[in-house]
Amino acid sequence: MPKTQTKSTKPEGITVKPGSSKEYKTGSWRSKKPIFKHDKCNDCRICVMVCPDGVIFGEDKKYWADMDFCKGCGICAEECPVKDIDMELEVR
Amino acid sequence: MKKVIEGSMAVALAVKACRPHVISAYPITPQTHIVENLSQMVADGELKSEFVNVESEFSAASVILGASATGARAYSTTTAQGLLLMTEVLFNIAGLRLPVSLTCANRAISAPINIWCDHQDAMTVRDSGWIQLYAEDCQEAADMQLQAFKIGENPEIMLPVMVNMDGFILTHAFEPIELLDQKMADEYLPPYKPEIFLTTKNPVTFGILAEPQYYAESRYRLEEAIKASKPVIEEAASEFKRIFGRYSGGLVDKYKLDGAKTALVGMGSVVGTMREVVDEMNSHGQKSGLLKIRTYRPFPKEAIYDALKDVDNIIVMEKAISLGLGGILLNELKSIFQGKKKQPRISGFIIGLGGRDIPTQSIINAVKKVESETIEDEFIDLRTELIGAGK
Repeated sequence: MPKTQTKSTKPEGITVKPGSSKEYKTGSWRSKKPIFKHDKCNDCRICVMVCPDGVIFGEDKKYWADMDFCKGCGICAEECPVKDIDMELEVR
Repeated sequence: MKKVIEGSMAVALAVKACRPHVISAYPITPQTHIVENLSQMVADGELKSEFVNVESEFSAASVILGASATGARAYSTTTAQGLLLMTEVLFNIAGLRLPVSLTCANRAISAPINIWCDHQDAMTVRDSGWIQLYAEDCQEAADMQLQAFKIGENPEIMLPVMVNMDGFILTHAFEPIELLDQKMADEYLPPYKPEIFLTTKNPVTFGILAEPQYYAESRYRLEEAIKASKPVIEEAASEFKRIFGRYSGGLVDKYKLDGAKTALVGMGSVVGTMREVVDEMNSHGQKSGLLKIRTYRPFPKEAIYDALKDVDNIIVMEKAISLGLGGILLNELKSIFQGKKKQPRISGFIIGLGGRDIPTQSIINAVKKVESETIEDEFIDLRTELIGAGK
């Protein structure tokens, strides 16, 4: 028998309040971070569309990622037609 | 009222008496008449349930998961490959503590393709967190269906329950069945009222992510809950007896074990054949008894030890195998006697795989074999000419 006995075996921790994933910051999973150079950007917005997490924002050739949620996958840098995004090693 | 009906119909009528809100199943192979009968009842307006036909067992299990999360009483049934296709969802249903119920018509697993009875399907998903009950006959299978929801929906338990009945041997057998009276069924099984469920009035998220700092506690609570179901399973059987007058549930069933030297152990319909062997052995002065394991998960260690602690010789007969280990029930049963003072001789045989008949003589032969030596994991009645062995 386990040493710790719970008083009740009712389900707990099965559900959480809705929308809680917004509070769950996944940015810490990142090993590389995107650098938006704002140099050759042609406003094609491909980076915005391909981001799997939907965390790239901006307009008028000035784009940026919400680093609380960017997991550093690098798809934006790979797909940027003018190579205006670099991936740099994350240093913490 | 007793009526001679097919095992599948007996279960379908029992499910109807449970008043499920949602039934979902994959309607074709591998499937049983249970689904056919239930869909007919819904189509005829005799049963007010939402019947959801789906394109796979994975979807059937997913539908009852979702339905149960909304607070509905949900049911499905499948067999063999169908149960294995449900596997991922079965683990989710248990982890989400959703008290759905499922009848598994126990059948062999491919390859080779074989549609006949053994227990490999259900025993393969034994670690999923589902409570597993095994019926010896059609009456038990029907009665256990009502008990399944009663056990699972207990607020302290909240777990899915699988009622196992032997494919063909029981599902297609015609037996006189005591039909479940609806008024008595309603008294036994009140409407399902979960404490937490999906509703727009109080939104919650089911199916959350648990990181390393939460996951282990969640699994611990699941293990505590399924262990806590042991007395609940016994209570459900006693309460059933109080209302219906039959005891057809509980953890284990003892037969002539008082003073027995030899004990046979089995699950499902083969127990009937084993009972005959026990009677015959006793008529020849061999003191023997039988232990039927009704509840396989949670594994009723205490009840099994209590029933078998005084015998000298235990013989486990099972219709499944953990390839590379041997008899599953055999090994689990042996673990119960670990560190105990009295060590009975425990032997095990693999029997009836893929629908192979099990005549009483085969069991008698096996019992004779272990009089002088311990035998583990021997396949009974192997056709030596097909395995290139023994002349």
